[in-house]
Amino acid sequence: MATPAKKVLLDPLFENNPIALQVLGICSALAVTTKMDTALVMCGAVIFVLTLSNFSISLLRNQIPTSIRIIVQLTIIASLVIVADQLLKAYLFEISKQLSVFVGLIITNCIIMGRAEAYAMQNGPSSSLIDGIGNGLGYSLILIATALLRELFGAGKIFGYVVLPSVNEGGWYYPNGIMVSSAGAFFIIGLFIWALRVWKQDQVEEEG
Amino acid sequence: MQHSVKYTLLFAAAVCVVCAILVSSSAVSLSELQQANARLDKMKNVLMAAGLAEATERLSAEDINERFRTIEAVAIELETGLPAPDIDTAAYDQRKAAADPDTSREAPPNLSVIKRLPHHAVVYQVLNNRGEVSMLVLPVEGYGLWSTLYGFLALDADTRTIRGLTYYQHLETPGLGGEVDNPSWKALWPGRVALDDTGSPVISVIKGRAGSPQEDPYQVDGLSGATITSRGVTNMLRFWLGEAGFGPYLTRFRESQTSTMKAEEESSDGDTGEKSIARSAL
Repeated sequence: MATPAKKVLLDPLFENNPIALQVLGICSALAVTTKMDTALVMCGAVIFVLTLSNFSISLLRNQIPTSIRIIVQLTIIASLVIVADQLLKAYLFEISKQLSVFVGLIITNCIIMGRAEAYAMQNGPSSSLIDGIGNGLGYSLILIATALLRELFGAGKIFGYVVLPSVNEGGWYYPNGIMVSSAGAFFIIGLFIWALRVWKQDQVEEEG
Repeated sequence: MQHSVKYTLLFAAAVCVVCAILVSSSAVSLSELQQANARLDKMKNVLMAAGLAEATERLSAEDINERFRTIEAVAIELETGLPAPDIDTAAYDQRKAAADPDTSREAPPNLSVIKRLPHHAVVYQVLNNRGEVSMLVLPVEGYGLWSTLYGFLALDADTRTIRGLTYYQHLETPGLGGEVDNPSWKALWPGRVALDDTGSPVISVIKGRAGSPQEDPYQVDGLSGATITSRGVTNMLRFWLGEAGFGPYLTRFRESQTSTMKAEEESSDGDTGEKSIARSAL
């Protein structure tokens, strides 16, 4: 393996993906992946919050009293989420309307609390920062792959541009209804996890 | 690590102060942009209700202002239906006005859970290329299941035929009541008739399926799984089209239409410019 920093950054993509292996952050992955643009903005918001929360929690890790550490982490995360939400409302209003509550729900996204508790509390600020970016990218990878398939087969479009002209608009493609509903995301993420575990056998859990 | 109680409390307070400053400064510094966005969004919804924009269309601020050129915002007094020229239509905030006792009165009992009625409201008149009013866009609001729904109703110049209905803000359940945003449900509205011949509101969202606008003009399909939201839509349309809402304004508007039509018959070579001036004065 390469340098530790590179490992911290790239491991969450395939080796230790927050959605596929740790199965965290599934809720938002189902909700915002019907379209590419909402998925991309959501990924941006999660990377923003995750990176900064990891960094600031890591900076404070030796000062945070253990008895209130979870609530302190949550306060920092919640503040960052509100800032992200405000920024979206100011600069990407249309998309922020479509994302509606899901930006606010980043607060409860297990990836962020999980990384704060599991990584940032034990490691220095710079590697925590990289860990935040890496896990954000790992989350984004799955979200974007899911959104790509869902928008393509659910609406025949990518980024709102017609790829498969649908029957409703005079084309030949019958949109796949299940892709538009959350169940479609379950199937895609399930298939993704399967593919990843065929490729990386060590991720398969022992049957017991 | 073990810390004293005093340290823990101080630390918690410090985190709160820092986070509060971060959150409030971002909210304050971005509020102007956000308000501009909200204003444009409202304008876009007026356009959507009037059928001048699609929900999926991406419109820049210039596009919206450009399309808004054929739309005239008119402030009216709700009780009498008369124009209220001293109200600044761009700055007027109906929700703020309804909350302020100086600019509102108690609403008559209604099913839409509207407690206070503002004295004034801003309606939008869509002009055709001859400068005549071809459509009216009225703000409507009322309680659904969880929340108040805010939207716009577009009526034909006959004040009876619906041209479109769109909601720009609500907190109904996504997938059930939230389907008020569904384009295929919204497409059921144009062509339905909201008022009967005497001018009283009769439109209703029914349980189940209504016929086509020709055979079933006063009814619209209900949203499945959203009986209370559907009922809320019926209630709010009936309220706002009724006497406490825009009734007086619509009556006046109808009268002005018929009088201009008579004037048109009397002087068939009347110049259109004059007519539109006469109409906007009404």
